[in-house]
Amino acid sequence: MQFPVRQRRLIANPKTELYVHFLQFYGQPPLENISLSEFETFAVDRLKLLKTVENSGVSQVKGSEPYQKKLDKEFSNLNFPNKPDIKEEDKDGPNEYEKRRKDHISHFILRLAYCQTEDLRRWFIQQEVDLFRHRFNRLTSVQKSSFLKHNNLHYETVGLVEKTALTDKLVQSSYAGSGSKVDTQDYYKVPFQDALDLVRNRKAYLKAGYVYIPQQDIVITVLNDFRTQLSKALALTARSLPTVLSDERLQPLLSHLSHAYVGQDYSIQKNMGKISLEQIDPLSGKSFPLCMRGLHQALRENHHLRHGGRMQYGLFLKGIGLTLEQALQFWRSEFTKGKVDMDKFDKQYAYSIRHNFGKEGKRTDYTPYSCLKVILSNAPSQGDHHGCPFRHSDAELLKQKLQSYKVSPSGIAQILDLVKGMHYQLACQKYFELTHNIEDSGFSLNHPNQYFLESQRVLGGGGKEAKAEPPQRAPDVAAKPPLDPPALAEMAEDLDAYFQDG
Amino acid sequence: MTSADYEPASLPDLLPLYYRRLFPFSQYYRWLNYGGVQKNYFQHREFSFTLKDDIYVRYQSFNTQNELEKEMQKMNPYKIDIGAVYSHRPNQHNTVKSGTFQALEKELVFDIDMTDYDDVRSCCSAADICPKCWTLMTIAIRILDRALREDFGFRHLLWVYSGRRGVHCWVCDEAARKLSVAARSAIAEYLSLVKGGDETVRKVVLSDPIHPSIRDALKVVERYFPQYALHDQAVLGLKESVDKVLALVPEDILYGGTDSREPLLYSSEKNPEKRWGLLRGCATTKQGTLKKGQHFEKEIMLQYCYPRLDVNVSKGVNHLLKSPFSVHPKTGRISVPIDLRQLDKFDPFDVPTISLICAELDRPRVGEEEEQVPKEKDSDIDAAERRRIRDYKRTSLAKYVKVLDQFLDGVALSNRGELLKKSGGFETKMKPCFYNY
Ligand SMILES: [Zn+2]
Repeated sequence: MQFPVRQRRLIANPKTELYVHFLQFYGQPPLENISLSEFETFAVDRLKLLKTVENSGVSQVKGSEPYQKKLDKEFSNLNFPNKPDIKEEDKDGPNEYEKRRKDHISHFILRLAYCQTEDLRRWFIQQEVDLFRHRFNRLTSVQKSSFLKHNNLHYETVGLVEKTALTDKLVQSSYAGSGSKVDTQDYYKVPFQDALDLVRNRKAYLKAGYVYIPQQDIVITVLNDFRTQLSKALALTARSLPTVLSDERLQPLLSHLSHAYVGQDYSIQKNMGKISLEQIDPLSGKSFPLCMRGLHQALRENHHLRHGGRMQYGLFLKGIGLTLEQALQFWRSEFTKGKVDMDKFDKQYAYSIRHNFGKEGKRTDYTPYSCLKVILSNAPSQGDHHGCPFRHSDAELLKQKLQSYKVSPSGIAQILDLVKGMHYQLACQKYFELTHNIEDSGFSLNHPNQYFLESQRVLGGGGKEAKAEPPQRAPDVAAKPPLDPPALAEMAEDLDAYFQDG
Repeated sequence: MTSADYEPASLPDLLPLYYRRLFPFSQYYRWLNYGGVQKNYFQHREFSFTLKDDIYVRYQSFNTQNELEKEMQKMNPYKIDIGAVYSHRPNQHNTVKSGTFQALEKELVFDIDMTDYDDVRSCCSAADICPKCWTLMTIAIRILDRALREDFGFRHLLWVYSGRRGVHCWVCDEAARKLSVAARSAIAEYLSLVKGGDETVRKVVLSDPIHPSIRDALKVVERYFPQYALHDQAVLGLKESVDKVLALVPEDILYGGTDSREPLLYSSEKNPEKRWGLLRGCATTKQGTLKKGQHFEKEIMLQYCYPRLDVNVSKGVNHLLKSPFSVHPKTGRISVPIDLRQLDKFDPFDVPTISLICAELDRPRVGEEEEQVPKEKDSDIDAAERRRIRDYKRTSLAKYVKVLDQFLDGVALSNRGELLKKSGGFETKMKPCFYNY
């Protein structure tokens, strides 16, 4: 694919010019063609990185040592640039250049996938801002100046004469003992609207509508700019999205990404046939995530589930290893205990079960729903039992449910706190830890089937085999040639105009 | 007749006269139209009326000054509130697709209400005010006016007496009208220092070093504190009020380093200034030594005198605030602009009531007053308008309308600048742009 630009400057060494710093403001979209498989690898890796950012931000204090360590590890695992100080000679070496390129391109791909709804945008912006802060803080003072300059972030420097005249005020406005450094460090002057946190807490000197910010605090303003710019860019990207989605190869890819989980593909099942129908009841209490446990319970009680529930639960069961035959038997025996007779079942429901296994219709082998898909799409309404209980139940009901599942009061409080902060997957993970009696589950929960496998692993069940990393999922479009530019041209043109006109 | 002779029951009879002959419609329109710099600015402004029996009518809007006049003369509102400038005409908000009707702009406003000072004034409580506690409003205006002008760079501040127990501030600069909710709330927080309710004893906690803005506020407070707090409110007089002050003094100072459990101030010294001097002396000694509570005497002064804002009023773009020149139905006083050059002389009990100014209209005319009426150059000001100018000039309302006039002249200068910018040559006058997008 390509993000074309109407006029390109001729640059002596575009590589050097493009990625001067390990950190980017993502002002310019990428200009090159990339293959679909690279497109997807980049996107999935960045998603993993952002999930780690989210995860670390909740389990650790942002900016603390363990937080930084956790992020650093993920950066190097996934080959994203994380070190401001590299020797001049290897800056243009393939390694560092590749990392920076990956950082650049993957960011723009996720913009496409995460621009569509308010929920997605908010999540994406928050993680990108935290990511940016983590890396910006690693820059030295000189590097910060150079970075700001390079990205045209022209915060006005306070001149020596003015600074001298204001020394007393600046010292009095400083906090946490930074006052002594007034004469040795640079001050910036920014409109107060761009540094509201400093204004609100009276943490900087304010004069005639300008906030005087010591260089060590400029990160707040830079982050504010970064957030504003990203938010505007996402709104614009969303407007151009229909054009992008008209490329039939991109559409499934992007929707897959925004509903994506990171890691395994639970539709490829090595466990197929290793679970007997009798095991489902005990397993549902021990190793099913709350959403599936609820669906199972509802099915047993009502001998029926509506479409949303059948899809979410049926695909999950397929993911834990039910064969088509088992699935048919499972659903039939339950439904026929209720108002549905054999004949009606075979006519109305069997088709869609075979469909889910890729035996009917388009013959697509359907993938079990990831957490994001469960959380974001198709919210349950009256009479439905699907969805994510952490997202879709109200707090009181969730509390009762957790109580009935013997979660301790302090555990319930922790879970409800996470829910309040809209960290639904982390709430589920907390539920996992509490019900499995472990301190730190050590994985990042993205998928109900992952929950199941991890649970089986902890309980010493048969999940070990499945833990082996299956190949990264590449959808059926991966084998096709690189995308042609025209599909994206219009969107890129918009983006381009946006970034250039200011 | 004096201001005090107001009977709430007479309001229905007085309002028609007030809106027909006295309300300064032309200045009012001139203000809210802001020189016509932005299209439909007046037309998209929400007004809300409180009618007899507390019937509340929201989302009124008017196309012209004339329409506003006609409607107000028809409805005779007991109270007028001004809201935001919306994306559409507020009176058509029902016909607009839901979600698209949005508050876009409004003056940055502040509301300071005497009831918020009940824990630190001994003269009155609740809705009552007296000349003794009114000093609190004077202090609030001085502190906020300075901070808004010098710290934030705003220039067009209209201070208005609310008609009963407080003051409002309308910051009318274009930049202020365009502020986001987040920015408004940040400004309000910046200007708030007294935190906590009845449960909190120490409501002001200063950090070290003290921020320049607070230092400037302290200069104002120090000027008023001896007369206002030590004499008018006698905060170091009776034991009960002394105890309230002493609750804010660090323990080691309270007992003067002796073993005696008798606080320092219960000594024989009775003169309030000397008592205060005693406390200050301790504070000065303390400043060299301990870290915690080293600014306690400043904290006491600020807790007793620093302005207490209703942050929620300032935050919201769509929050309504009582309009200048609206009548206060309980006191009958007109909500009038305050002339800051005469701030120390402003006396809320001097502010005319609607019954007073209506009575003044009935007084026989004095010949020379006719001559003072300026000959209007514009021929489109009709006879009724001209008569109204003559009318309010014969009442005690005149000097307050003049304050508004002068304020509007200042705004007009800025508006003219805006219009110039729009007609070209704006590059040179643009605020520096810090973004690259
Ligand atoms: Zn009083």
